[in-house]
Amino acid sequence: MNDKVHIFDKPQNVRRVLWALVAVCIATIGADFVYHRHIVHPWEGVWGFYAIYGFVACVVLVLVAKELRKLLMRAEDYYDRDD
Amino acid sequence: MIELPPFVLFYLAALAAAVLPRRARQVVMLAVPLVGGLALMNLAPDLLLRVAFMDLHLEPLRVDKLSMLFGILFHIGAFIGIVFSLHVDDRSQHVAALLYAGSAIGAVFAGDLLTLFLFWEILALTSAFLIFANRTDRAWGAGMRYLVIQVLSGVLLLAGALMLYRHSGSLAFDHIGLNGAGSFLIFIAFGIKCAFPLLHNWLTDAYPEATPTGTVFLSAFTTKVAVYALARGFAGTEALVYIGATMTCFPIFYAVIENDLRRVLAYSMINQIGFMVVGIGLGTALAMNGAIAHAFNDVIFKGLLMMSMGAVLHMTGRINGSDLGGLYKSMPVTAGLCIVGAASISAFPLFSGFVSKSMVMVAVLEEGHPGVWLALLFASAGVFHHAGIKIPFFAFFSHDSGIRTTEPPLNMLAAMGLAAVLCIFIGCYPWALYELLPFSTGYAPFDGSHILAQIQLLVFSAAAFAWLKVSGIYPPELRSTNIDAEWLYRRLAPRWVRRCTQGLTAVSDTLGETTQNASRVVMRSVVRHYGPEGTLARSWPTGSMVLWVAVLLAASLILYYL
Repeated sequence: MNDKVHIFDKPQNVRRVLWALVAVCIATIGADFVYHRHIVHPWEGVWGFYAIYGFVACVVLVLVAKELRKLLMRAEDYYDRDD
Repeated sequence: MIELPPFVLFYLAALAAAVLPRRARQVVMLAVPLVGGLALMNLAPDLLLRVAFMDLHLEPLRVDKLSMLFGILFHIGAFIGIVFSLHVDDRSQHVAALLYAGSAIGAVFAGDLLTLFLFWEILALTSAFLIFANRTDRAWGAGMRYLVIQVLSGVLLLAGALMLYRHSGSLAFDHIGLNGAGSFLIFIAFGIKCAFPLLHNWLTDAYPEATPTGTVFLSAFTTKVAVYALARGFAGTEALVYIGATMTCFPIFYAVIENDLRRVLAYSMINQIGFMVVGIGLGTALAMNGAIAHAFNDVIFKGLLMMSMGAVLHMTGRINGSDLGGLYKSMPVTAGLCIVGAASISAFPLFSGFVSKSMVMVAVLEEGHPGVWLALLFASAGVFHHAGIKIPFFAFFSHDSGIRTTEPPLNMLAAMGLAAVLCIFIGCYPWALYELLPFSTGYAPFDGSHILAQIQLLVFSAAAFAWLKVSGIYPPELRSTNIDAEWLYRRLAPRWVRRCTQGLTAVSDTLGETTQNASRVVMRSVVRHYGPEGTLARSWPTGSMVLWVAVLLAASLILYYL
């Protein structure tokens, strides 16, 4: 049973997932060329606004969180010990 | 037909569960939310039950659209939680869970502040037992901190209610609004239970320490009662818009670096409540509908995520991202159900989060808060990142931890399956939920612009995660504690108390030493004069006394002659 090879044990399957993601990204941002989103605020109308904002937001989130670790991270038993 | 407040059924069932043997107890527990739900449907709309208690007019049962929606929600939440915990053979947990669910239902049907206060406190007390039930030292400590903070919230609520009563002569629980000290105390009381920033750590401290099944109940009731109370009492309070926006943003940073996956979900819960708080703060029909609908959906999809992590903890005994991975191989069904919850919380179109969160987003822009809107959009991308991807990825995929287990017990799978079906059903047919909402706005969820925008936001967030992960920039899961506002009362305050007591000890030591020295000096002089060798203790020869007598006699004779 342990010898069974599962779907993501094969690197090519992981690569396929990543390529599929890239394809979906291109398709959805490409849709902005043909589909005119109706908007409430002018920022929304910028080409690819949601896509770019989503990408940048996540990268910023992770990079800031990584830096925050330097400030916030303590040993796992931090509160269980006396000073 | 006698109109019984819906909580009575749960309290009676708790009494029964306290004495019945296991099988009978399971039957009673399953029946309660079903029977209660049917009874709920038969309650007359706009029913008001009044009771006079001494000079007070109490309303233990008030039915309107708002309380009814939360009543239905809590029956669903209770049913899912009960099914999920059916295999547990621990009477105290079952009794506590029934009392807890009943109190939540009692609280949302309470028409006056005193009744609300009573349920508010029972809610705190009974839920603490779901934390204690883990029977570890950590759970004990977290449970005590939880209880102290929750009871404090209740005390503030009571104090505020009494101040309002003095002022207006009424205890009715309607719109309160921020005006005056009494209303401010109530606002803070609700805020504590709602996990406002800096008042939020009881949630991230206690929920991950509860039992795998207990956390599912906890995540359903306490904070949603608070959201209900805010919606009832403080709709349209502008401060809530900014408080809510803060709540959506700051927890996601913690969620990214947190290792305990149930704690990640606890932070993500604050983030979701933030969206509701923003909606309540705006107070328009669309925003209120969005906030309340999101509370409804959150109970189910957050419950589903908590259940999937509970199932992982139950089967493997582990919950840290650093210890898990590769579980899709042995728990494929659980993994699939977890992904449904993840898609729902991330607000993928056709999943439940989408049809409620988008209402709040639209309302924020329409009311002219573009800054808040950007913050919420950031939080939306962030929630997909940490709850939508991180939770399923680190538990079920990522590197293979080597753990081989099996799917959880059937009742756990059934509860998760039920929640997943509801997530998809509401996501595809939101009108079933919209009909229950207090306002009719004619909101159309499936609008091409919204769908495209949301999909773009999500797939590019996913792309960011994939890129960061592949390039090795993504921070690894590390065994750690991340300090948060709780540091103030878990570290700083105890340290100050210790320092103060140490200071006092030093003072008392010095005082003691000085008195000791002083008394030693006195004693020495006493010993010198009165001791065995002392001048005043010397024995005198009879001769010298005769001599001195003669001297005295001579002196008096001389004085006499003078």
